[in-house]
Amino acid sequence: MQAFTTVSGIVAPLDRADVDTDQIIPKQYLKTIARTGLKEGLFADWRQQSDGTPNPDFFSNQSRYQEASILLTRDNFGCGSSREHAPWALLDYGIRSILAPSFADIFYNNCFQNGILPVVLTAQEIQTIFDRVLSKETYQITVDLPEQVVLLPEGERYAFTVDSFRKDCMVKGLDGIGLTLKHESAISDYETRRSQEAPWLFQNSTT
Amino acid sequence: MGSQTLFEKIWNQHVVREEPDGTTLLYIDRHLVHEVTSPQAFEGLRLAGRTPRRAGAALAVPDHNVPTTDRKQGISDPMSALQISTLENNCAEFGISYFGMEDIRQGIVHVIGPEQGLTLPGMTIVCGDSHTSTHGAFGALAFGIGTSEVEHVLATQCLVQKRPKTMEIRVEGTLPDYCSPKDVILAIIGRIGIGGGIGQVVEYTGSVIRSFSMEGRMTLCNMSIEAGARAGLVSPDEKTVAYVKGRPLTPKGEMFEQASQAWLDLKTDQGATFDNLVELRGENIPPQVTWGTNPGMVTDVNGTVPNPADIADEKLRLATQRALDYMGLQPGIPVCDIQLDRVFIGSCTNSRIEDLRVAAKYVQGKRVSGKVKAMVVPGSGLVKQQAEEEGLDRVFRAAGFEWREPGCSMCLAMNADVLTPGERCASTSNRNFEGRQGKGGRTHLVSPAMAAAAAVAGHFVDIRDWA
Repeated sequence: MQAFTTVSGIVAPLDRADVDTDQIIPKQYLKTIARTGLKEGLFADWRQQSDGTPNPDFFSNQSRYQEASILLTRDNFGCGSSREHAPWALLDYGIRSILAPSFADIFYNNCFQNGILPVVLTAQEIQTIFDRVLSKETYQITVDLPEQVVLLPEGERYAFTVDSFRKDCMVKGLDGIGLTLKHESAISDYETRRSQEAPWLFQNSTT
Repeated sequence: MGSQTLFEKIWNQHVVREEPDGTTLLYIDRHLVHEVTSPQAFEGLRLAGRTPRRAGAALAVPDHNVPTTDRKQGISDPMSALQISTLENNCAEFGISYFGMEDIRQGIVHVIGPEQGLTLPGMTIVCGDSHTSTHGAFGALAFGIGTSEVEHVLATQCLVQKRPKTMEIRVEGTLPDYCSPKDVILAIIGRIGIGGGIGQVVEYTGSVIRSFSMEGRMTLCNMSIEAGARAGLVSPDEKTVAYVKGRPLTPKGEMFEQASQAWLDLKTDQGATFDNLVELRGENIPPQVTWGTNPGMVTDVNGTVPNPADIADEKLRLATQRALDYMGLQPGIPVCDIQLDRVFIGSCTNSRIEDLRVAAKYVQGKRVSGKVKAMVVPGSGLVKQQAEEEGLDRVFRAAGFEWREPGCSMCLAMNADVLTPGERCASTSNRNFEGRQGKGGRTHLVSPAMAAAAAVAGHFVDIRDWA
């Protein structure tokens, strides 16, 4: 996984609550066996108007947000389907961090698996950044994971929380499976104990 | 150890180890696999030179992409065909049980897990699919994961998790006649909102929940994710044990007796506390219909579509207006005036035998409205077979419904079953997001009874006074 320490970049605004993963990447783009090249599907139905022309109101069609690496949005971002294609598509587009007042659980987990940092700020802090982004072209901020702070060019510092284990994995770009496999003996001990306590849990799925 | 909730008991039984910050290595008992969210996970295993730790804990089935028409014709979409053949090849390579498209046991992953007895109380169950919450109906801790975590579980039989918070949703009283578990869960989502359950595992309690069959509990738990919850749970009881008994993968003989004793002990202790409590009365839950573009945009069948002009909060007013624009609905119209083009009875929410029996009752001896195209997609080959043995297929066909092969079908429209732009559908599925059933398609979520009656009438009807 790509490590994440500090990302400074242009902020793209997506001023909607409850953005579901069906919107982030519609189902027709899930028919793939790869995890790359998914930016084609990113917000595919919102980027276009019903006649197929680009929607001028959508951030990705506006020149000022072309180089954005930080997405700013509202509550419950990433709700719905568990499709990891959603963070893959965002990453493929160049998004490295997402700021919102809350995230859906599965999407939040999926981001950490892919080197995208989801940051929970207060609704007021999010509103302040929205105001600034809309009033100033190429508005840039910095997301600092080691310090757990979002830095605004005007000087505000918005602190955020993140689980220390997740943070450590992200900062070092560690392979999560490799870390778990270091606990092989603990897993084996667990299996030995449980297969005696509850042997029915260890029956094979072959009939 | 003090009083514990059902969730805490299952969680504690599955802790392999804990980090100082509370991050837990959680053991996973069962892993369901389908074709859309697994190819990159198997590829990851191959690239790292890893193999599944317990291939026998997993079961794979293609469901999202499969055609629901004659399977002998194969799959016309080459990308869908490739995903399915990739799953079959991966299962062969890594020794994972696989129910192919021609297998009578094939079906929607969340229908076949319980049907085969793979889903048992007290287990931890995961799948690369958000509706894994379905299996919580058995008192199993079941939740959806992404593809990286699919790979993690294949390689280690564990997941790294932070302990969620807990919420009790208590539904006491009795449900009105003609109302169903689907109406209850839609009413719950309408009440707490689609983000109301974030970071929490819900346990459903109360006399209304206890009265539900296992199929009904599956419908209920299935849509926990639509309230944002990590998982939903119903504690096991005699109904659970009776449902599980005798299925192909259920323990047999003395082991079954031992297991069922342990399952019946799996309940929240008196005095155990939840982080949050929500209470509803069954009497206050009439049939529900969604009018908007998420499952929380829902109202009573005898209600009206909201009027944004009446909404003071600006954000909510704009969101409501946007949803009505997408749905092509006039503000303030009665729900029963909404005219339909399509009806879909199916999905992991409502495609089990009990759902089909209820729907068939409403169409028996009637005809689908001339302007409606209606279809039934059974949840599995075995559900389809049983329905045919009971003659339900003949009831549906005689009324003008199409009777299809099992799969996810028009719940997410990855196969050929798609709404065209502007088409309006009464659907027994779980998501009414924009474009979910086809770009520009308009979805109204309802119970099987409401969908069946709407197919006949051509618009929504209040089934409580509809003959």
